[in-house]
Amino acid sequence: MATYYHRAVQDIKDNGFLSAVTIITIALSILIVSAFALFFTNANNVMNYWGKGVKIMAYLKPEISQKNLPDIKRKIQGIYGIQDVNFISKEEAFKRLKEQMKRQSSILMNLNENPLPDAFEISIIESSQHGEKIEEIATKIESLPSIEDVEYGQKWLERFTNIFDLFRLAGYAMGGIFFMAAVFIVASTIRLVIYTRREEIEIMRLVGASEKFIRGPFYIESIIQGTLGGIIGIAVLFITFKLIASNVDSFKHGLFNICFLSPEFYFGIILGSMFVGWLGCYISLKQFLKA
Amino acid sequence: MIEGKDKSSIIQMFHVHKYYGSKKALVDISLNISKNDFLFISGPSGAGKSTLLKLIYLGEPVSEGQVLVDGMNLSRISRKRIPLLRRKFGIIFQDYKLISTKTVFDNVALVLEASGKKRKFIEKKVRSVLRTVGIEQRINALPPSLSGGEQQRVAVARAVVGVPKIILADEPTGSLDSDSADIILNLLKGFHTQGGTVIVATHDKELIRKAGGRILYLKQGRLLGPTPI
Ligand SMILES: Nc1ncnc2c1ncn2[C@@H]1O[C@H](COP(=O)(O)OP(=O)(O)OP(=O)(O)O)[C@@H](O)[C@H]1O
Ligand SMILES: [Mg+2]
Repeated sequence: MATYYHRAVQDIKDNGFLSAVTIITIALSILIVSAFALFFTNANNVMNYWGKGVKIMAYLKPEISQKNLPDIKRKIQGIYGIQDVNFISKEEAFKRLKEQMKRQSSILMNLNENPLPDAFEISIIESSQHGEKIEEIATKIESLPSIEDVEYGQKWLERFTNIFDLFRLAGYAMGGIFFMAAVFIVASTIRLVIYTRREEIEIMRLVGASEKFIRGPFYIESIIQGTLGGIIGIAVLFITFKLIASNVDSFKHGLFNICFLSPEFYFGIILGSMFVGWLGCYISLKQFLKA
Repeated sequence: MIEGKDKSSIIQMFHVHKYYGSKKALVDISLNISKNDFLFISGPSGAGKSTLLKLIYLGEPVSEGQVLVDGMNLSRISRKRIPLLRRKFGIIFQDYKLISTKTVFDNVALVLEASGKKRKFIEKKVRSVLRTVGIEQRINALPPSLSGGEQQRVAVARAVVGVPKIILADEPTGSLDSDSADIILNLLKGFHTQGGTVIVATHDKELIRKAGGRILYLKQGRLLGPTPI
């Protein structure tokens, strides 16, 4: 094993330029793939976060009187998936609006009547906080006779989810392409090394070296390349991430809770990168090192 | 019954033919080499001496016939066991077959590394063998920087370092002056005295005369028996 490793390292040194190109290519592939992964995990977090905040506003018909409220509230609470129901009177809604519009509140001052309806603000239990469920609940609420209209931030969230899914698909496709590219590069490197060492390989066989003895160093070499490429790719991503994160204000102020890939994730990626090395080598040896 | 009946025989050939395309390199060769033989295969250039050796270490497959080596039938041997076959031999190739990018030391050490010997042992053993063939001072040189005779000595060192059962030597003294040739011959004789089997392909009559031993003559791919040409 020690001699295999020794020979593998010697090989990498002897083919310095080729090895460097291979490692850089793997690093680039890993960088791009993991940058995608980073984007998606964060976008996913943000979306989940937004999804959690989803609340349904149910506006009451103007003719509904105060004393019917407990009854309506009970009915809403009876629907499966509802967590909490909060009454917001039109006065309160008006007050909130004014607070939100501080500067322009003069516009509102000129209104001599409050145009807002009474409403219930309804939050949803966690397991129901996604597209179809929310819609189902909203429809049920809307069908109550005292409710005039239902509104929820779901529509655009849904549209966004669709685009996001498209992106995710593109991400998988890119990941696949870069994976194959990296495997291909490792395979070509190993093929070239085999080619430059064909005399040596032939002689090794003639003096009775086993296939394991001959192939071992190639595997170690390409797994080393895969590992180095993976580590470099992740490291570059990490540095870039840190630089961006410390320069963009909205990240600093925690507006979005952006975080780097989890250790499990990037160890997984480095493991994947080692696998790329192994696979490239396997393919090349199978093709070009027939006994 | 062909297989291993004669306990003392280590290499047997039965009606072996070898064609390179349409070129007949060996025709109907049958022979029996016993353990601890010191055998010369002689004959003019192109007679098929190297080819005969190649069939023994499976450098080439036979076209027809059977070759048995130390109980292994070479036409039935699985690919995985070829290294086992080759480790029975120390081979001195006519064209040396040294790895041009590795030092003299590494070239010789390769045999021991391939059979999984310890680093310390390899170090000692390789040095001592290189000393015996008189090339110790070029231990870190690369083969292309050596003279033909020096390369030949490295090739001999590599053949004997693993203490094989059989030495196959293809013109082992072809590039050597007679003093250096004597060193090699003595090395082969020493190996033979310790119980090894030696097969030497050569047209060096001087070498054959000095060594004594059984001679097989080849001419145009046919075995002429022990009669000089
Ligand atoms: N790989 C090959 N392809 C085609 N013909 C070959 C091949 N190897 C050898 N031959 C032919 O087979 C014949 C025997 O060759 P071989 O090398 O065995 O001769 P030899 O007795 O060793 O000669 P020398 O004394 O010159 O080394 C020659 O005619 C040679 O041209
Ligand atoms: Mg020859």
